[in-house]
Formats: sequence, structure tokens, C-alpha cells
Amino acid sequence: MNILSAKNIVKRYASHTALDDVSLDIPAQSIFGLLGPNGAGKTSLIRIINQITGPDSGEVFFENEKLAQKHIEQIGYLPEERGLYKKMEVGEQALYLAQLKGMKKAEAKKKLKYWFEKFEIDAWWNKKVEELSKGMQQKVQFIVTVLHEPKLLILDEPFSGFDPINANLIKNEILDLKKKGSTILFSTHNMGSVEELCDNIALINRSKKIVDGSVKDIRKENKSNIIEIEFSGNMMGFTNSLWTFGKLGEHSIDGDVTKAQIQLTPGSTSNQLLSSVLPVVEIHSFKEVVPSMNDIFIKKVSEGNAVGTQSNFTE
Amino acid sequence: MNKILLIIKREYLSRVKKKSFILMTILGPILMVGIMVVPIWLSMQKTEKQKVEVIDESYLFTDLIPEKDIVHFDYPPTTFQKAYDGFFDTDYDAILWIPKNVLNGGQKGINLYYKKQLSNSAQQHIQYSISKMLYEVMLAKNNVNLNLIKDAKDKSTFSMLTTQVDESGKKKNTNTDLYMAIGFVSAIMIYFFIFMYGVQVMRGVMEEKTSRIVEVILSSVKPFQLMMGKIVGVALVGLTQFLLWVILSTTLYSFVAATFLKDVEMKQIQAKEEVIKIGENLDFDKMGKIEQPSEAVQFLNDLKSLDVSKIVLCFIFYFLVGYLMYSALFAAVGAAVDSDADTNQFMLPITIPLIFSIAIAQVVMQDPNGSLAVWFSMIPLTSPIVMMVRMPFDVPNWQIGLSMLFLVLGFFLTTWLAGKIYRTGILMYGKKVSWKELGKWLFYRG
Repeated sequence: MNILSAKNIVKRYASHTALDDVSLDIPAQSIFGLLGPNGAGKTSLIRIINQITGPDSGEVFFENEKLAQKHIEQIGYLPEERGLYKKMEVGEQALYLAQLKGMKKAEAKKKLKYWFEKFEIDAWWNKKVEELSKGMQQKVQFIVTVLHEPKLLILDEPFSGFDPINANLIKNEILDLKKKGSTILFSTHNMGSVEELCDNIALINRSKKIVDGSVKDIRKENKSNIIEIEFSGNMMGFTNSLWTFGKLGEHSIDGDVTKAQIQLTPGSTSNQLLSSVLPVVEIHSFKEVVPSMNDIFIKKVSEGNAVGTQSNFTE
Repeated sequence: MNKILLIIKREYLSRVKKKSFILMTILGPILMVGIMVVPIWLSMQKTEKQKVEVIDESYLFTDLIPEKDIVHFDYPPTTFQKAYDGFFDTDYDAILWIPKNVLNGGQKGINLYYKKQLSNSAQQHIQYSISKMLYEVMLAKNNVNLNLIKDAKDKSTFSMLTTQVDESGKKKNTNTDLYMAIGFVSAIMIYFFIFMYGVQVMRGVMEEKTSRIVEVILSSVKPFQLMMGKIVGVALVGLTQFLLWVILSTTLYSFVAATFLKDVEMKQIQAKEEVIKIGENLDFDKMGKIEQPSEAVQFLNDLKSLDVSKIVLCFIFYFLVGYLMYSALFAAVGAAVDSDADTNQFMLPITIPLIFSIAIAQVVMQDPNGSLAVWFSMIPLTSPIVMMVRMPFDVPNWQIGLSMLFLVLGFFLTTWLAGKIYRTGILMYGKKVSWKELGKWLFYRG
């Protein structure tokens, strides 16, 4: 089941279109990565899901119901640009924000205690926000986002501003929340964390969705059919043995070990390649080169821009 | 609705708990009572009498100038020259010289030589006493019956009553000065309230915008709720401060008065008499005519001539709705800009009608039912101030009703417009906004 479906969302501002016919399906209890370069329209989409702004056309469904004010309490939002009332005390402020999300005061207090202890910031309850370090403020903000146990968590660049130790802490919390049943929509430029965390992604560029699907499938679709082989033996014999299965690409020789990339010819399989080179050289490693999400991201965005440039002039 | 209450509560508490609020609330009454009490207290401290040596060559005033608590007169049998030469060997503060021919135009030669300046009231006392005595002596010299004069004066002096008559035949005494004062003071209060707390709303909005917390809050509540919550919260802060000032000032004043100024009231009355005397001093026709006790009664009567409850109710209405309307505009300005420096261009159109209303208040008071007064008490942006200036002067009910209706409509219109600007502006960063841009925001869809 999809926890959130956006259908044909269009959002226009005076001089440009922020979202152009974007549709998304976010399966429940998964981590969904919303990717795209700066200014692609991610924040506009997130704001629409949070009902901060409305779309010019298109609809959003939350658990198959049309998105409405009551769903606010099911959503937790951590914006990229974070901020708290500087002059307000930490605990008081966390309580206030929790109550705005519809929590009862006593309940919010109990849960806040738990989280504050877990994140080791309970000594700061009565301090003003401006006295906290940036990392601690981020922790407070994260707690406030997840406190009301929302079904859908929207995290915009959740790791920015954290040191590696705390980033890891947050990462584990995210995985834990997923295990407990939450769905996480998570917008980032950090492709490493996408590969590590996300089940599904959508890539938005220039107001349009250009790719979406599960991370596994996308990587498979974008695989290059390049095999990297490490071997020792006669290079000439190796090249001859490729036959029609593949073409030698980049290669380097380090002592008696050669590393070579082979582009499979269409219709050939890696097994055919392996069996043909096997009698000729001694194989140390044999693996398919799978593109990273980073490569896919850059490739897709630059492809899109090459096409998009022309239409841009007509705007 | 519940969320609006939460926002109001936060806006209210976070401001009321501020040190600056507590400080202002305590300092305000102390300052006010201080302004009232310190001059009286200071005048009480000056118990040292000033001594004046009178050289009366006319012998008309010897031993006759009335003593006063602040000034003492001696009449040594000496000449002016001697007294003058030995002035610095004596402890007299001043020499009063009255020439021989004082009855034949010599009064202009009366001179006070001093080494230490006499207090203003002592000087006034001397001048007034001598002038009065001269007047009486001159009349007596010509065999004029002083009692006759006094009697004639009493019977011919009056201050004209003004009475307003309405259609039903009811009569009403009026006191224009009092009306002007009431109208102007309430108008000024509205002016300051709108300004002080309107700017607080604007700063609050800017704080939320620049600290970026607004995005988190807007994922929980609608922009309009946040804006209205802030406006109402700040209004309550203003009312609290206002109320505390009134209560604290009265308590403090009565406490101070009871402890330190027990006999001040008597002195105050005396001082008042003096002021009146001095005022009348220049006008001999009114000399001796003092109606001290009836003044307070007169004041109460004048107050009764006003429909006080109507004025108070109207004041509260214009005070609140006027503030609500303006603070919505202030909130919109706060949302449209990124920094203090950018507020000026948008503040100007908001402040102009406010300042303009105060500027024309004088004209309105002179002619409270003139066309200028009527027109500007209808236009919503100026009506809260202009109508309050007019209010004591018996404004027709239909005009009040119409003006209130316009103000409420104006409030809805400005709040609606401000809400649109607020909604877009609050999430717009790093862009210098122009008027044209603001206009576009009005047409964005939520």
C-alpha cells in the first residue's frame, strides 16, 4: 500500500514553474529518497505534502484519502533550513511544537524526557536555545520532528550539520523508525546515504520527475554491461580469447597482474565471457561494474539539462 | 482553533516573561508617580524662608505686605543707599525698593535687588500684593467705597455657561476644554498602542522568518492562524501592560501620598490658588474672585454632561479594531522583508495615515463636525484616531455606526490582503521585494 501518492502535481510561481506534472508513489514502511539538484522543485513538493502551500493542479492522497488538514498530525517534517526560537527555553519550545502537532501536554512531556535522555541532552531542558551548540539544536529539532510518532517522516537533508558520530546516531534512529512502521521521505544530495538507506527514489530535475523506482531496479536498468577482470597471464592471449563476447576497454598492468574492463557485446552474457577467458589466463577477480547512484544522478541530470536547455529559451 | 490558542499563549507568555517587559511594567508607574510627586516633594523640602529687606520710602506698605511661608519681610528704618551699601553684610536675600512717588506713577520704579534669586512664586507674591494694595489705596484716597467696588465686581463677574439643547428638549451643560482633553488623550493613546505593539508584531514575524522556525510551524498550522495568533497575543500583552500600569500607578501614588505627602494636598490647593491669583493678577476686574471649591464640583458636572459609558465603549472598540487592522499590515511587512533595513519602504505607507490623523487632530477639535472631521472619521485607516477626537462632541449615532462598520470592513480587507502577502512572504528568502512583487503575491493560490 502507498502511504502517499501525488498525482500530476503542478505548481507555478509568477516567473517559473516549480513542479511540472510530477507524480509520486511512496510505499508504506519504506525509505523513499527524493533526489535532485538545487532548485529542481524538491522543496516545493515537500511543502505541498506538508500543506504549507497548495498545488495549482493535481492531487495528493494520504493513505488513499485526499490530503487534508487532519493528516498534519500524521506527518513529521524536518526542513533543510532549521531554526528554533532562540530566546525560548529548550524544553518549553519542544513542548510547544509537540502540542502544535496535536499532542497532549503530559504525553509530550513523557516522550520528550525519553528522547532527551536517549540523545543525552536532558541537562539542557531549561537552557535557552541560543546557548546550545548547533549540533545540539539539530538534535532537539530531530526529536521534535519524530516525537508524535508520525506515519510519514519528511526529512530534508537530515545529516547536514551533524558530525559523523551524531550522523550515525540519526541514521540508526531513521532505520529504527522504519522498523517500527514509519515511512521516511528523505531529500538529500548525499548519494552515499541514498544507496545505504533508500528503498525507492525519485529524481527530479528542472521541475520534472525524470527517474523513479526502487534503488535496485534503477541500478540494474542503468548498468553498463562492463566487466572488470583482474588476471595474470598473457595479454595477447587474453585479448584473442574475448572472441565476440566483449571488447577490451581501459586496462592497466601492475607487475604481472592486469586489470581490464570489458564491454560486453549486446547479447553476450558474463558467463560466456568468463568461460572463454578461463582457459587462457589465471583469474584473480571477476565482477560486474555497477554504476553508483552518484553516477546515475549526474548522468541523468546532465542528459536532462542537454535536452532542457532549448526549451528553456522559450520561457 | 485550539492551535490558535496555543500560539496566542506562547506569544503572550514569551513576551510577558521577558525582562524588558517586567522592567517596563515596574519602571513605568515609578516614572509616572515620580513625575507627579517629585516636584511637590521638592517644593516641600524648601522650608528655608527667603528674607527681603523692604525700603519703603512711601510708607504706604510698611509692615503691611502679607507674610508667606516662603518669604519674610523686614522693614528696617534705614535709607536705600545705606541698605544697598551694606547689602552683603546682611543675610537678606533681596532688597525691595519702593519709591516715594509710588502713587503718582512711581510704581514703575519699584525694584527688587537680589543677591540670591527669589523663587518665582515669592516674586509673584510681592508683585501681586503691592499691586493690590496700591489699587485699594488709590481708590480709598478718592473716597471710593471699597466694599461697593468689591460688591459690584462680585456681581458682574461670571464665566459663561454653554448649554446644548437636543430635539427632545433635554438640556446639557458643556465644557469644551474638557472635551478636547478627553478626545485628544484617548486619540494619543490609540496612536501609541498601535505603533508600539504593531511594531512588536512586525518584529515577531521577522524573528520567525529569519530564524526559519516558521517552516516547522507552518507544517502544523495554517499561516493565517500563526499570523492571527501573534496579533492577538501581542494585543493581550499590550492590554496587560496598560492595565498593570493603571493599577500600579494608582496604588503607588496613594501609597506615596499617604506616607510622604500627608500635608501636600493642602499645599497643592494653596499652590493652585496662587496660580489662579497670578493669572488674574493681570486682570484687575477679576481680582479677588476665586471659586476654589466649586471647581471640582463643576468638573464632575461637566463629566456628567458626557455620555461616559458610550465614550469608553467606543474607545475600546476603536482601540482594539484599529490595532487589529494595523497590526495585520505590520505583520505583512514583517513577512515581506528579510532584514530591519528593508522595512522602511513598506512602513511608510502604514505610518503616514497614523501620523496624519494625529496632525489633523487640532483642526478636528476646533471644528468637530466639519467636513474634514467627518470624512476622516469614516475612512478606516484614520477613523480610530479622528473619531476618538470627535467623540466627546456629541457625534450623531449614525456616523459612529457607519464609521464602525467601515472600520470592521477595513479590518477584514486589510487582514485578507495582509494574510496573502504574509503567506507568500514568510517562506520567501533572499529576495529583495518590490511593490510590484507584493502585488503579484496577492494572486498566488494557497
